[in-house]
Amino acid sequence: MRPSRHFDVVVIGAGVAGLSAATRLAQSGARVCVLAKGVGSTHLAPGLVDVLGYDPERVTSPSEALPAFVDAHPEHPYAVIGQDGIAAALEWFGGIVEAGPHPSYRYVGDLSRNHVLPTALGAKRPSALVPETFANGELVARRGASSGPICVVGVRVLRDFHASLCAANLERDGVAARGVQLELDVGRAEANSLGLARSMDDPKFRASFAAQVLPLLHGDERVGVPAILGLRDPHGAWSELESRLGHAVFEIPTLPPSASGIRVYDALRAGFRAAGGRLVIGAAVVEVEREGDRVTALRAHTSGHDHVYGARWVVLAAGGFTSGAIELGSDWQARDTVMGLPLRGVPGDGEPRYGGDYFASQPMARVGIAVDSSLLAEGTSNVLVAGSALPGAEPWREGSGEGIALSSGLHAARTVLDREGATAAA
Amino acid sequence: MSEVNPITEALGHELLRSSLDHCVKCTICETVCPVSNVTPLFPGPKYAGPQAERYRIAGMPSLETSVDYCSGCGLCTMHCPQGVQIAELNAHARRVVKEQAGVKFRDKVIARPTVIGRLGTPVAPLANFGLRFGPARVLAERVLGIHRKAALPKFAGRRFATWAKRHQGPATGKKIVFFHGCGTEYYEPDLGEKVVAVLEHNGFRVEVPKQDCCGLPLQSNGLFDDARGYVLRLARSLAPHARDGSLIVGNATSCTLMLKREAREILGLEDDPDLELVSRQTYDICELLLEMHDAGELKTDFQPVHETVAYHAPCQQQGHWIGKPAMELLALIPGVDLREMDAKCCGIAGTYGLKLEKYDIGMAVGADLFGQVEAADAGVVACDSETCRWQIEHATGRPSKHPVELLYQAYGLG
Repeated sequence: MRPSRHFDVVVIGAGVAGLSAATRLAQSGARVCVLAKGVGSTHLAPGLVDVLGYDPERVTSPSEALPAFVDAHPEHPYAVIGQDGIAAALEWFGGIVEAGPHPSYRYVGDLSRNHVLPTALGAKRPSALVPETFANGELVARRGASSGPICVVGVRVLRDFHASLCAANLERDGVAARGVQLELDVGRAEANSLGLARSMDDPKFRASFAAQVLPLLHGDERVGVPAILGLRDPHGAWSELESRLGHAVFEIPTLPPSASGIRVYDALRAGFRAAGGRLVIGAAVVEVEREGDRVTALRAHTSGHDHVYGARWVVLAAGGFTSGAIELGSDWQARDTVMGLPLRGVPGDGEPRYGGDYFASQPMARVGIAVDSSLLAEGTSNVLVAGSALPGAEPWREGSGEGIALSSGLHAARTVLDREGATAAA
Repeated sequence: MSEVNPITEALGHELLRSSLDHCVKCTICETVCPVSNVTPLFPGPKYAGPQAERYRIAGMPSLETSVDYCSGCGLCTMHCPQGVQIAELNAHARRVVKEQAGVKFRDKVIARPTVIGRLGTPVAPLANFGLRFGPARVLAERVLGIHRKAALPKFAGRRFATWAKRHQGPATGKKIVFFHGCGTEYYEPDLGEKVVAVLEHNGFRVEVPKQDCCGLPLQSNGLFDDARGYVLRLARSLAPHARDGSLIVGNATSCTLMLKREAREILGLEDDPDLELVSRQTYDICELLLEMHDAGELKTDFQPVHETVAYHAPCQQQGHWIGKPAMELLALIPGVDLREMDAKCCGIAGTYGLKLEKYDIGMAVGADLFGQVEAADAGVVACDSETCRWQIEHATGRPSKHPVELLYQAYGLG
């Protein structure tokens, strides 16, 4: 396996963790290539950065809750990344978005206090860092935050978003809310959030949307709309809607696909490309070459002949069970399907793999690739792991997915930069 | 086709079908589909692909005909994180739908670029006049169903192969085989000459064996048997060169993708030894040049080119799964103000955007790209596929060039 191209770092995976690590490294002057079988959860998740939402009760302030949380979960990625690392990751990400392709679009929030925002079902979602277009959906009274009754605006052609259901669940939880439905003509019987978001990039569509919403609003209501406020210019769409309506407006996450999540991908991708990185989508890594404890080359399956990428460092950010990067076979053997690295946290024979209560802690969900405090994979000296391949976390329970992805991506990048700096100094 | 093993063919389709069980209905393919995002006539790759495929039974009529509106761009397959071969499954489904309805005479014609090329070349001035003469185009629209405004290329009136035969290249150097495709042969022979010049400048001895269409337009129009005939003939002609270890390089990115992967996967030709060998040895020109650059072997004696260049990666280029090598090559040229377009597709998809019933869809698909090109105020739009270049020129009125043409200019070879 002779590499025909060499990189300082090859990152496997184009989700939040992989693209964050890759962009940070490319910004530092490293020659970086991202290899990905496809795109990741950015296209499905709402693009809110949840850091710590539940422990196990809803967390008000991640910065106050984190010390006790990591004490109680020493195997959690946050235990090695630390609160400063998480805070720095959020700040870095905010900068990427502000320098990104969406004019004036920005994220708001930090670790001091979680936003509590409605989901499509009208549940309360705690999230540390959120797009400005979501922030007016705040459900817990706080200084400077938007308040007042909520009018959830549904669009009949949009599948899987039911304004009255969302509003009824909010009401049940003590939030004054009602739902209305728009009969928008988009030239087809059904649309997804992405199609509507593309329409919203068109000023004429925005104007007609606003004109139809305006007569439905009462007094001091805040207006919750599905997250369809544009792919190219979400800030423009949001602020225009606010000024046309004269009401505070906010987005509510939709079911996949997710326009607001794709904005995250577009921002990270633009940052990575601007820093000179090479992005290869569609190329699954199918073979790994090792010399002792070092991985020296990766073979990616491409059309015709495969491409072999030489690498000084590898960042594995291909995801966990959901993406198929970690697999549990019918023989109950769990394995890393990309690089075959050793796992940690796999329940032993006779130990429980799953809990009986669906929403209880699930031992199998905490399985991940064994790493040290630098996120170096066990048994290797140049493979770092980031994102949902890491062990010790249950992001769906903790409300921590994007926080882990971002902060572990940057932690992995820092390890590479520290070690390369040490090499250069020596 | 007697050359195709029916068992392999059936097995090939079954292999594609087996990938649909990996579909988790995540909708990522829907986010990248250029067609379903602009028209309700195509419900999208997830619906027409893995979902509808479960209801398709070999030999039974297909109840679901919207897949005819799939342009076959392949972006769904490329972006699927689960490895579902959506576009390839849809190519099979489209063939069934077309066979059922009877393949249109028009599709049989426009899918044969060599036939059109051979007919048009000797009478190029007349043919070109006809292609731009309004009443003739109206007639072609009425009779054939080719949209009167669709971007049709101009016959060059000469053939690249004729030039290549007479061309005196260097006697020494590493041998490389040039697969130039039909676009270069009949419409853009000067592009072929520039590719040869760039390769020779980098120390290659270029051979141009006798060649014909790769069969891609036939395949995308559902004429699989005819497509197999063409691609296997091409493979027979190129294989002896591949066997002696030579690389095959092509400048038509859709056609190199056909040789590399699509013919094998979609036409069920996985076990043809010639095609297998050719597939492995084939490079897209920008892929080859960037690989040389990565190895420190590409000459970089570039003169400045002061131009704003918008680069659009065609869908079929992206289907090589190698990133965008042209971007990195163009970035080597001093003076170039390079802008990466991130629109999905120009809308032509080979012959798709020529068709009367699909022209408007194609233009709507391309609108995002055309807008980005305008916003960048690009002097040139660089793009690796000829049909895309013709569409871009038609829609934006700006010149569109193969990336190699800009390298040629920067090398000062003109």
